[in-house]
Amino acid sequence: MSSPVRPALSSRATLWIREHLVVFYGIAALMYLFAPIAVVTIFSFNKPEGRANSTWNEFSLEAWLNICKDPTICSAVEVSIQIALIATIGGTILGSLIAFALVRHRFLGRSSTNLLIFLPMATPEVVLGASLLALFLNLGLVLGPTTVIIAHIMFCISFVVVTVKARLQGMDPRLEEAAQDLYANERSTFRYVTLPLALPGIAAAALLSFSLSFDDYIITNFNSGTTVTFPMYVWGAAQRGIPPQVNVIGTILFFGSLAIVLVSQLVGKARQKR
Amino acid sequence: MVALIPQRQQADYEPTIRRGNKLFPYLLLLPGLAWLGVFFITPLFSLLSTSLMKWAGSTPDDGFLPAFEISNYTESFTLYSEQYLRSFVFAGLATIFALLIAYPLAYFIAFKSGKFKNLLLVLVVAPFFASFLIRTYAWRTILADDGAINTFVAGLGLLPDDRILATPIAVVAGLTYNFLPFMTLPLYAALDRLDPRLIEASKDLYANPIQGLLRVTFPLSLPGVVAGTLLTFIPAAGDYINAQLLGGPRDKMIGNVIQSQFITIRDYPTAAALSFVLLLSILILVTIYVRRAGTEELL
Repeated sequence: MSSPVRPALSSRATLWIREHLVVFYGIAALMYLFAPIAVVTIFSFNKPEGRANSTWNEFSLEAWLNICKDPTICSAVEVSIQIALIATIGGTILGSLIAFALVRHRFLGRSSTNLLIFLPMATPEVVLGASLLALFLNLGLVLGPTTVIIAHIMFCISFVVVTVKARLQGMDPRLEEAAQDLYANERSTFRYVTLPLALPGIAAAALLSFSLSFDDYIITNFNSGTTVTFPMYVWGAAQRGIPPQVNVIGTILFFGSLAIVLVSQLVGKARQKR
Repeated sequence: MVALIPQRQQADYEPTIRRGNKLFPYLLLLPGLAWLGVFFITPLFSLLSTSLMKWAGSTPDDGFLPAFEISNYTESFTLYSEQYLRSFVFAGLATIFALLIAYPLAYFIAFKSGKFKNLLLVLVVAPFFASFLIRTYAWRTILADDGAINTFVAGLGLLPDDRILATPIAVVAGLTYNFLPFMTLPLYAALDRLDPRLIEASKDLYANPIQGLLRVTFPLSLPGVVAGTLLTFIPAAGDYINAQLLGGPRDKMIGNVIQSQFITIRDYPTAAALSFVLLLSILILVTIYVRRAGTEELL
């Protein structure tokens, strides 16, 4: 016969496990999410034996101290940054204007505009890339940085609209009405109330556009001609074995963007407290 | 029924409609929509016309002539039906696994994370700031034949070829991982909006936690589930990076065929027909899925 204490104990244990199961699960999921990042970071400190940087050999800072050992890596990063900057500016302006129109105005054709914004996001990237290539070929355009920028602005617009729209919808419209009650005209209401309130959303959209453009491989591959962006370089290098310098850049990208996001969140919080 | 339940967020406060120039909203829309019209809609027509062209000579350098070659389509079906099927199966499996992983994760962030909510959201998205290709390449190292995971799973005798890399398992695993945030974020948004009092009410009415999950939480999060599964399935079905970097030669998806036909072989009509069929089949699948999910939601 079991004593009355034991079932109580075990049921308390199962209760504890059950209550914390979802927490364990969350931790396991985060470990899964970060496993590849850990590999990328660790292998940036590796001194690979052969060309392929996939088995651990020896700790070394060489890749970190000598990122541009293969100058094509750094020129590819430079090309990617230039393209991403232009695509971000273009996509953010065009997309934000659409978002303002959609949230702040009622007009004929609103729902078809929403559909047109949604469609590029629902189209697989191969089809977006292939169809643009078909257009450029039919027009006889030379593929290069310009065609890549055209493509990147195209796919950034929808993401910008969605991000800025979410911010504008979360804004209290009464703030703008208050400004108008206080005799601000439409232009100064926009300049001193609407725009400052929308700015965090626009900044988030710009950040998203930059990383989408910087990271894009599939669409770029169709429209780049001989232009080599960073993802194009990585793809080419993957056939022979990726040098540890690529891991260094991956690590910098990851921690750099993490820092930007965390700092902006902290700034936002500090502002809210004031 | 769902519509009858009072939502926690207040009803949309309709802003005063701007008077003034009626053309103003169209001026705001014009540049962006023009861009999408010229570089998204027109290309689809270019793709359609290219897909019906015929070869002018025997090599791609001879160019292509406008024609009405339906055979490009029939050929793309008969020759590559295997790759189409594989793309949809792989993408479907990846979507299911992503849902299974992301749902508890989103639930955890929405209900159990307390003051760490924002930090956790950042952490969920953060891995995806490191480049897509580099992340996928890292999975090659993790799943390598002499790696810990492969040795362990192969040791259990679960793998037919004693390896994970260069098999469909690796491709589906890569797809699942790479599109996970597209699943997690909409699920989180839907769960976060959910009124916790509804779950409490189900407890008061003697529902056990599983009944509460299946009959209250999950149905109310359905919009997030639909959005998340679409945002995962669509890019996964068109992806070729995972199949290329993680799969073997027999795991090629339709994306691999399209890119090699377009860029390496330069048989533009065939490649265009393949892309068009991919786009149409995805649109059909999505429409059926949204309709079905929509009716279930109303029940």
